[in-house]
Amino acid sequence: MGKRVGIEVSLAVSHAVMLADVDVIAAYPITPQTHIVEHLSELVADGLLDAEFIPVESEHSAMSTSVGASAAGARTFTATSSQGLALMVEIMYIASSLRLPIVMAVANRALSGPISIWNDHGDMMLSRDTGWIQTVAENGQEVFDLVLHAYRVAEDPRVMLPMIVNLDGFTLSHMIEPIEFLSQEEVNKYLRPYRAPIRMDPENPITMGPVGMPEVYTEAKKAQDEALKNSKKVIIEAWKEFGDLFGRYYSPVETYRMEDAETAILILGSLAETAMTAVDKMRDKGKKVGIIRPRLFRPFPADEIVEAVKNVKNLAVIDRAVALNGMGGPLSFEIRSVLYDANLHPYLKNYIAGLGGRDVTVDDFSDIVSDIESCAQKGVKPEYTIVNVRE
Amino acid sequence: MAKETGIISWKELPLGCAILEPGNASELRTGDWRSQHPVTDFDKCIQCGNCYIYCPDMAYVQNEEGFYEVDLYHCKGCGICVRECPKNAIKMVEEGH
Repeated sequence: MGKRVGIEVSLAVSHAVMLADVDVIAAYPITPQTHIVEHLSELVADGLLDAEFIPVESEHSAMSTSVGASAAGARTFTATSSQGLALMVEIMYIASSLRLPIVMAVANRALSGPISIWNDHGDMMLSRDTGWIQTVAENGQEVFDLVLHAYRVAEDPRVMLPMIVNLDGFTLSHMIEPIEFLSQEEVNKYLRPYRAPIRMDPENPITMGPVGMPEVYTEAKKAQDEALKNSKKVIIEAWKEFGDLFGRYYSPVETYRMEDAETAILILGSLAETAMTAVDKMRDKGKKVGIIRPRLFRPFPADEIVEAVKNVKNLAVIDRAVALNGMGGPLSFEIRSVLYDANLHPYLKNYIAGLGGRDVTVDDFSDIVSDIESCAQKGVKPEYTIVNVRE
Repeated sequence: MAKETGIISWKELPLGCAILEPGNASELRTGDWRSQHPVTDFDKCIQCGNCYIYCPDMAYVQNEEGFYEVDLYHCKGCGICVRECPKNAIKMVEEGH
């Protein structure tokens, strides 16, 4: 087993990308993602990673360059945050429709305005329907492992889709955490060299990205939708193999102390660890509380969420982003949609918390649980609320 | 005649909707965009080839007698040939007439 080192999580991402032996990195610096590509440029400059490092003039170009590199058959990496991701979105749709297995780390950050460099999930929600597979990490070890997993899944001939690994900006990207590294030999057992099934090759010319006439566009989107849905079994299979090789097993939805839980906190990302501390304290006082944390965000793990929620009376859905449509947070819509289809009706209240770097404490989670239990008992209509907003 | 393209199941589409065979644009039936088609009066035609030269879709093909005949699989019915014909030998006719 690899050695355990204390390292900034951003640098651990760079290290995982080096172990994946990528061919091309095209990126533009943006806080809080910058350390990832900065360290990758050092690894390339120092001769430790044999790759083309292409500094570009914008994130739009970073994604365009990644599309070109991946279309030529290169294993490709990029990373961004917030406004950078917003600028990439136009080309992200191209990458997924061309079925290019680009891997991108997104150090999650709030969207402007007002300008905020701090953490929330606004950017993740912006990119949710771009056709990329997305995983969401809770801690540094998971980030490291998910980057390797992403290449394994994205390049699988049954998948061939681009993939995002989400890590919370600053609260993960800039933390120094103990991370168990894998050796090159170990990674080589998990990741095989990438062989693109089709690629740009002057010797065998093909056309990628032709116009889709009305006769073909519908079929093209159907094929893409099926590919995304079908990727789930490969995602799970690749996690199983990762666990068999390295001892760390992952699943689409993580649950914590959910046995006999009457109230569940459903949350994405690193804040789930704060919630764990809160749940431990509440459990000590006899409250039946647990946590449901989707690790897989796209394709949405509906079946696993239904399984986790089915015996719960109260469900507090925590959104780290506000969807400005008068209906609350984006995650809550998806959860409601899943539960409707499963004919499950827990008392569901949506809490929008931790916007733009606002701290969410252990006590905040205890307050959320008290609030949902009291609201459910009174039978009041569960309207979404923004946690700790000053009136 | 080139074969029809695009009318296939989603399961048969190449990965990412790529076109794996180079130079196959001629297979696309652009003729079904047409509302009118050109008809040449070969008694007036002097075989100058202006229709062939100006046609943006290369839809005119010279036959063994030297006359230029339109290929309706590709002709979009733009009418440029009518405008460029120095002998007014070509006229546009509504589809179905």
